[in-house]
Amino acid sequence: MDFIMNFPFFSIMICMLAALSTFMLGRKAAAWVAKGALFITLILSIVLTAWLHASGESFVYMMGHFPAPWGNEIRAGELEGVMAIFTSVIALLSIVSGRFSIRTGIDDTKQNLYYLITCLMEASLLALIYTNDIFTGYVFIEINTIAGCGLIMIKNTGRAVAAAVRYMVVSLVGSGLFLIGTTLLYSVTGHLLMQNINASVACLAADGSYKVTLTVITALMTVGLSIKSGLFPFHLWIPDAYAISVMPSSAMLSGMVSKGYIFLLIKLIYRVIGFDVFESTGVFDLIFIAGIAAMIMGSVAAIRSGYLRRMTAYSSVSQIGYIFMGIGIANNAGVVAAIFHIITHGLTKSLLFMTAESFTAGKEDIEVGDLKGLGHKHPVSAAAFTAAALSIVGFPLFAGFIAKMLLANASFTEGWRMYVAIGAIAVSTILNVVYFFRCIINLYGFGGFDGAKDDSDTETSITVQSEESSSAYHRNGVYVSAQSDCDAAPTRCEKSVHGICAIILAVINLYIGVAPKLLTAILTKGLNVFN
Amino acid sequence: MPEQIYNHYNDIVAALLFVIGFSNLLFQKNLIKKIIGLNIMDVAIYLLLASQGYISGRLAPILTDGIENAATYINPIPSGLVLTGIVVSVSVTALMLSMTIRLYRKYKTLDLDEILIKVRQDRNK
Repeated sequence: MDFIMNFPFFSIMICMLAALSTFMLGRKAAAWVAKGALFITLILSIVLTAWLHASGESFVYMMGHFPAPWGNEIRAGELEGVMAIFTSVIALLSIVSGRFSIRTGIDDTKQNLYYLITCLMEASLLALIYTNDIFTGYVFIEINTIAGCGLIMIKNTGRAVAAAVRYMVVSLVGSGLFLIGTTLLYSVTGHLLMQNINASVACLAADGSYKVTLTVITALMTVGLSIKSGLFPFHLWIPDAYAISVMPSSAMLSGMVSKGYIFLLIKLIYRVIGFDVFESTGVFDLIFIAGIAAMIMGSVAAIRSGYLRRMTAYSSVSQIGYIFMGIGIANNAGVVAAIFHIITHGLTKSLLFMTAESFTAGKEDIEVGDLKGLGHKHPVSAAAFTAAALSIVGFPLFAGFIAKMLLANASFTEGWRMYVAIGAIAVSTILNVVYFFRCIINLYGFGGFDGAKDDSDTETSITVQSEESSSAYHRNGVYVSAQSDCDAAPTRCEKSVHGICAIILAVINLYIGVAPKLLTAILTKGLNVFN
Repeated sequence: MPEQIYNHYNDIVAALLFVIGFSNLLFQKNLIKKIIGLNIMDVAIYLLLASQGYISGRLAPILTDGIENAATYINPIPSGLVLTGIVVSVSVTALMLSMTIRLYRKYKTLDLDEILIKVRQDRNK
C-alpha cells in the first residue's frame, strides 16, 4: 500500500484535530491553526488528485482492523479528490477573506469557536465525500448539520438564532428520512458498506423481489437529502440562513455545505442503489421536475426580493435547481454536468457573498438600489462581483457558461427531457440576467456616492453617509447590527487580503471557463470508475 | 393478513411512532413540543433498527461462559448503530434546547410563529 493512500484519512483527521485545538486557543492562534489545517488539507487533496489522475484508478482504504463486510472504509477516486480540493479552497478563502466580518460580527471571546466550527464543517464534508459506509454517511450528515447551525447562529442576534432553529427543524426532518431509509436498506440487504449493498440490491432487482421496498427506500433517501440541500419546495430556510449570518458563513453555507449532500446523493445513485435500479424506480423524474421548478421559482423570488444578499441567497435556490436537473436528466453526461455545476456554482456564489460584503459595509443587507455608484468606490470588489454575476448568468469565457452548455448537451439524447431542460435553461437565464444586471448597472451607475473625488472631507462624508444610512434603516427596514463605531471600517490589510481572495476566486472561475477540458476529463474519468 | 400484522407488530409500532414524531416536529408551534417530536421520531427509528437485529431466543451479543458460537447471539451491528444514533440524537437535542433557551430569553415565548413575527417586527423597526 502506498503512503499516499493515507491522505484522505489524514485530511479528515487534521481538520478534526485542528477543530479540537482551537477550542483552547486565543482568537489569533485559532485563526492560524484553522488556516494551516485547511491549507494542508488543500495540498494533500491536490497531491492525491494528481496521483489518482495519473494512475487513473480509485482505491478503498480500510479503517481499523476489520476487513470488508464488517469494518468501515474510505474510498477515494478522482471525483472525491476534486470535491475535496473544491471544499478546502472555499473554506480557506472564506475564512481568510472574512477577517473583518468575523472581527465585527462575533463576540471577541467567541471568535476562536468560529474557527472550530469551520474546521468541523470541513472535516464532516470531507468525511461525507470520502466515506464508503452509509451509516458513517448518516453520522457525518448530522455533524454537518450541527456545524451549519453553528455557522448561522454564531452572530448571536435573535434573528440569527431564529433562522438557525428553522434550519435545524427542516434539516432534522431530512436526516430522519435519510436514517429510516438507511435502516430499511440494512434490513433488506444486511450490509452497510456501499459496494456490498450494491451487490445485494442488484440481486434483489434481478429477482424482482422487494420492488416496492426499494422504491420507498430510494424515495426516502432522495427526499431526505434534497430537503437538506434546499431543493425547491423545501427552500424556505435558505434566504434567512444565508443572508443573516456573517460573510464567511454565507460563503461556506451556499458554496459547499449543501453540495456535500448532493455529492452523497450522487454516491447513492451510483454506488449504493445502482444507476439502473435507481432509474427503474422513477425517482429521477421527481428530481428532474423539482429541479426545473427550482430553477424558475428561485429566480422569480430573487427578482422580487429587493435586497442584495437575500437576492443572492434566492439565486442559490435556482442554481441548486440546475444541479438537480442535471442529475435528473438521468445519464452519465448529465451527472458530469451536475458535478461541474456544483463546482462552478460553489466558486461563483462564495465570490458573490464575499464581494457583497464590501458593498454592505457592516450592515446586514442593503437594497439593490443603494448600490448606486459603489462600483467606483470599491473597484476590485465590483469587478469581481461583475465577473461572478456574468458567470452565474452564463456569459461565455466564464465557468457558468460551460456548466450550462454541458447541461444542455447532456439533455440532447433524452427525448422529452430535452425540450423541458433547454426551455427551462433559457427562461432561467433571462431571469438571471434581469436581477444580476440590475445590480451591475446600479454598481457602475452614477448618482449615489460622490465622495470619491474630494478626498479632503472624506471623513465627514462618511459620517454623514452613516447617519443617512441609519435613518435609511428606519425608513427602509434594513437591519443594522449594533457595533462600536471604531470597528466599523476594515483596515487596509483586511481590505487587501479580501481583494486578493476575490481575485483568486475570479481567476479560478475564468480559468475553468477558458480551459474546461481538464476538469471535464477528470470528472468523466472519475465517474466511469465510480461503481 | 392478521398473522402478518402479528409477526411484524414491532415494525408497525415503529412506523406509527415515526409518523407521530415526524408530524409533531413539523406541525407543532411550541419549540419544546417540537423537540419532543424529534425524540419520538428518533426512538421510532431505533426501535425499528433494534428489532431488525433481534433473533428470538438468543443472547445479547456479549461473550458469556466462553461460548464463541455466533449462533447463540443476536446480530450485534444494529445494536451498535442504535448506540451511535442515540449519541447523535442526544447532541442534536441539547443543541435545540440551548437555542430554545436563547430565544425564550430574548422573546419571552416558546411559540415559533410568534417568535418569527417578533423577529420580523425587529427587522422592520
